[in-house]
Amino acid sequence: MTKHDSNTIANIHKELHSHLPPEPALRVKALESLLVEKGIVDSEAVDAWIEVYTEEIGPKRGAEIVARAWIDPSFKARLFDNGTEAVKDFGIEQEHLQVVENTADVHNMVVCTLCSCYPTSMLGIPPTWYKMAAYRSRAVRDPRGVLEEFGVEVADDVEVRVWDSTAELRYLVVPQRPAGTEDWDEQKLARLVTRNSMIGTERDLAARIEEVA
Amino acid sequence: MNADDEPHIGPLARHDDEPAFDEPWQAQVLALAFALTKVGVFTAVQWSDALGAELRGAAERGDPDDQTTYYAAALAALEGLIAADGRVSPDGLSSRTEQWRRAYLNTPHGNPVKLSAGLNT
Repeated sequence: MTKHDSNTIANIHKELHSHLPPEPALRVKALESLLVEKGIVDSEAVDAWIEVYTEEIGPKRGAEIVARAWIDPSFKARLFDNGTEAVKDFGIEQEHLQVVENTADVHNMVVCTLCSCYPTSMLGIPPTWYKMAAYRSRAVRDPRGVLEEFGVEVADDVEVRVWDSTAELRYLVVPQRPAGTEDWDEQKLARLVTRNSMIGTERDLAARIEEVA
Repeated sequence: MNADDEPHIGPLARHDDEPAFDEPWQAQVLALAFALTKVGVFTAVQWSDALGAELRGAAERGDPDDQTTYYAAALAALEGLIAADGRVSPDGLSSRTEQWRRAYLNTPHGNPVKLSAGLNT
């Protein structure tokens, strides 16, 4: 048989079965259908979660919180005192939230060394790198090396603090407000704030001023 | 020219813009885990411990350090916690998986797939 023939047959075979989902998809379907039948989960709640997390919730919500903290000192004080309570102003439920602040002398960076704990209700689904073993192990061992990979240079006299998230402790970094944004309103400031700056793999937002302005 | 020519971007940062999910089932796994913690089938701590154990196992086996491995670990963690709960048996789960497979194979392409289509081989 020529290579061409075997390719054709393979393609026909693929065509016939192309609508058969991959094995893990079948396993998930089996799980969900059994859990729903037994009344343990509600399929509408599952679908609603998927819709919200694939379409609506992203780092925009976290960025709005950061912008508010930049312009409203009383909100900022509440945010650092009890983050979970403070973010309810935005209709956000985020249990066990601890907010940490970058300053001229301190850079904060967040990781989950165990799995992928993350403030999802404010930042959405974590990026691929946050879930990778390489980040989870190196963020603690070599934070400055990881930061370099993201193009972040932190001066030697700046302390790098790495926070290890757990199921019962989620972190949000408030990056420094860049100079030159003094007359910006809250909405415009929020557009400046990136996902990575709230995880701590980005530090200086000044480079974004031109893009946002 | 390859990515190494870019001065500041390392291997981790190259994953920065990837989508959160490559396939719909990956979102379903996280959604189910969320729903099951909400109704108390397991706690967020149990979820995190189970996922952590699966990820460690994957790393020890030398599985690729990528999103596919991550979501495979998440599915395995979910199945383990559901088995521990006991209301859905592993046997029931594997026969239901087969039933869905047959349902897809028995349903002409383009038609909605119903579980009942998988009852007969």
